[in-house]
Amino acid sequence: MNKPMRDTRAKTKLRLVDCDIHPAQKSPATLFPYLESRWVEHLKTFGTFTRQALVGQLSYPRMTANGMRIDAKPEEGPPGSSLQLMQEQHLDRLGIEQGHLVALGRGGMEERNPDLSAAMSRAVNDWQVAEWLEPEPRLRGGIVVPQDNPEAAVAEIARRADDPRFVQVIMSTRPNEPLGDRKYWPIYRAIAEAGLPLCLHPAGYSSGKPSTGTGWPSFYFQEHYTFVPGSEALVTSLVISGALEAVPDLRIAIIEGGFSWAPALGWRMDRHFDTFRAEVPHLTMKPSDYMRRHFWWATQPMEEPKNGRHVQDVIDWIGWDRILYSSDYPHWDYDDPDFIFKFPLDTWQREAVFGGNARALYGGRA
Amino acid sequence: MTRLPRIDVDFHVPQAPMADLLGYLDTYFRQQVTDREIHTQPFRLSSYPANSPLTCGAVLADRPVPEALDALGSDIAIASDLHGVVSLHNPDMRAALMSAVNDHLAATWLDTDPRLRGSIYVSMEDADLAVAEIERLAPDPRFVQVLVLAAQEAPHGQRRFWPIWEAAARHGLTLAIHAGGVFRLAPSVAGWPAYQFEDYVIQSQTFENILVSLIGEGVFQKFPDLRVVFLESGFAWLPMTLWRMDKTWRGTRQEVPWLDRPPSEIIRDRVFVSLIPCDPPGPDEVRQVLTHLGGTDMLLYASDHPHRQFDGHDPLPEGLPEADLPAILAGNALRAYPRLAADPAVSRLAPRKQEAV
Amino acid sequence: MTRHVVARVDDFPDRAIRRVEVAGKALCLMRRGEAFFALADRCPHGGAPLSGGRFTGTVESDGPGSYRMCRMDEMLKCPWHGWEFDIRTGQSWSDPGSTRTRAFATENVEGQELVKGPYVAETVPVSVDGRYVVVDLG
Repeated sequence: MNKPMRDTRAKTKLRLVDCDIHPAQKSPATLFPYLESRWVEHLKTFGTFTRQALVGQLSYPRMTANGMRIDAKPEEGPPGSSLQLMQEQHLDRLGIEQGHLVALGRGGMEERNPDLSAAMSRAVNDWQVAEWLEPEPRLRGGIVVPQDNPEAAVAEIARRADDPRFVQVIMSTRPNEPLGDRKYWPIYRAIAEAGLPLCLHPAGYSSGKPSTGTGWPSFYFQEHYTFVPGSEALVTSLVISGALEAVPDLRIAIIEGGFSWAPALGWRMDRHFDTFRAEVPHLTMKPSDYMRRHFWWATQPMEEPKNGRHVQDVIDWIGWDRILYSSDYPHWDYDDPDFIFKFPLDTWQREAVFGGNARALYGGRA
Repeated sequence: MTRLPRIDVDFHVPQAPMADLLGYLDTYFRQQVTDREIHTQPFRLSSYPANSPLTCGAVLADRPVPEALDALGSDIAIASDLHGVVSLHNPDMRAALMSAVNDHLAATWLDTDPRLRGSIYVSMEDADLAVAEIERLAPDPRFVQVLVLAAQEAPHGQRRFWPIWEAAARHGLTLAIHAGGVFRLAPSVAGWPAYQFEDYVIQSQTFENILVSLIGEGVFQKFPDLRVVFLESGFAWLPMTLWRMDKTWRGTRQEVPWLDRPPSEIIRDRVFVSLIPCDPPGPDEVRQVLTHLGGTDMLLYASDHPHRQFDGHDPLPEGLPEADLPAILAGNALRAYPRLAADPAVSRLAPRKQEAV
Repeated sequence: MTRHVVARVDDFPDRAIRRVEVAGKALCLMRRGEAFFALADRCPHGGAPLSGGRFTGTVESDGPGSYRMCRMDEMLKCPWHGWEFDIRTGQSWSDPGSTRTRAFATENVEGQELVKGPYVAETVPVSVDGRYVVVDLG
């Protein structure tokens, strides 16, 4: 029974770092104490204004329980909104030493009103401090920034960078422009100067552009897949645009965007670099060299090929020093560290993936 | 080694000059095109600018078609003209000019070189007109595929396109989806890239989504005879896409219950990919991708002439298993193209591989 | 002795799904009408406690756009990745060849029968006037 081999030693004696935990607000009003009254009134009257048809929900309904673990619903509020339940069923159960919050939604990343987007990002960051980081020292925050209001994004990074509980900066992966666009470079400079990594995590909210290069899919089964090419396109953009040439010490964690496509994308960019080299003289290295220099990759959702060792081939190419364990708690495709590898890992590989790499990437902050 | 027969599934003939299309138009459209001086415009797709090294950088690019076929050692080549008229918004003018492109292809190339087979080039934006074009040309057995571009206004699996796929399947025509697009939408969710290099790289990501679309909508169940060929898509991404589709299907299959097996099993013998561009950098990486893919049954030999996809004269990359070469070079194409399998001039070249039981 | 008393029938509402621990084993105990079902309370795919899941059925289809709900409430949907397990056999619908969680025989026994033994009641005190769910751990 349970034929696929699995590594059962992951949790034991490891200083586990989880790079993807989603805290949720109990309701839109949760952020009100952290907003000026002008914006509270605005939100009560107009709500948020994004590039999609529905307010506060997605037009691709998730498969089960609104995309959440069925068993993660607290007595009050949505999954992820109760610190106590998160502690019990995730932090304590897995023995997590450090967990990184990725606060999706209502963070201002998708808001079109530039001043509101700045206010919401500030509020969501204050909320992280007050309701998560203060009461639970195992948690670390991510500075949410309104990337399409770059000045405000830079200011928000400056406001938080000295707080060691914030370990990274989070931008939307469905921004107005491809992330290599020069309008975002000042943000990258600010991130790099603060010594923080940039976290790129798929967002369900629409960017106003279809989720595939050939239009909107029909089914959630298809929409779920679009996070993969969506992440590939961001890496492609960051590499080819020259953003990583302009900000050579920018470090980027691809969280929940997948990792198994990295080799094929690196090969593809390298293959066609020769053909297009004259168009992109700003690139001084092979594209895959930028991938190796700048990117880290989170495990969840783990690939499940019939032969689990094929995952090993992929990680061998990426490098075992670049893979970060992530659970995605409390979302439905949550990964338990005991179950994600269907082949045995060496001790050093286990230590690296389940904590060591994160500590190296996030420096003294993790 | 004895020379193995080669069927090249992606061979581009020179784009038909607009002036040459006039003779295939009816009086009304000939009048429109000339009065409005539409025929003076180049109609080059932005995906393939005329002088870009991608478009014309191949070693053999300057050779006339018959010499290129000789040099490539092609016994059969499926010809296409990725003509820019596909991007017109006027549905009737677009259809008239695309019919002219197809007629020009038959008269200029299929009539003059017996090694060439043709593509029925259609726009997906008006299904009725696409079906009419398929019906018009299907009686000519030299046309072996219906050709569309990858980046469209909506994903290829959607029901609005089913009449086109139905007509193709009914006539034994393969659906060929070629890289490139009509630029109606941003080429990825990220938006419009600044560089052609980036635009080209993310083409394969569009193919990933196309495959998921075709699978998810149930196109392969709806049209059990339809075969699909991805041209210039690359294939190194395929194993990951299959892993991910199978995994997601396990948790979401109640939404798409017509998928009664893992998606990777459904596409077996239904989806094929051209060998070029072969993105893995060397034979070891090629072997690894093929191991992850579970073999070479999906691969079809192609040159993508005159696009620059390989160095030197031979498009065949290193790292392919010797024993599979006859199938990759020709045999798999007979499974992908019912019309090639039915063509005695072709099938004698490449006896069908014994089906594994 | 392998029969374990795991619950009083009257304390276990219809359609409830609960985790019970017996003889060091965690079970996902389910009630549908008068029938009880027990699976090992751990999803063999991702490790989820199945007792956090929901009843579901299977969906059959004649082709795209056709949906037919079948075997309503005969499957348990895993609380995490949504895989469906047959509540009788523990077999996974989507990966029947290699993924199965262990199923245990259950019965519904009158207390007066039960006290004759043999049985183990670690956590559920048995009296003659109750009805009990008994699981055979094999």
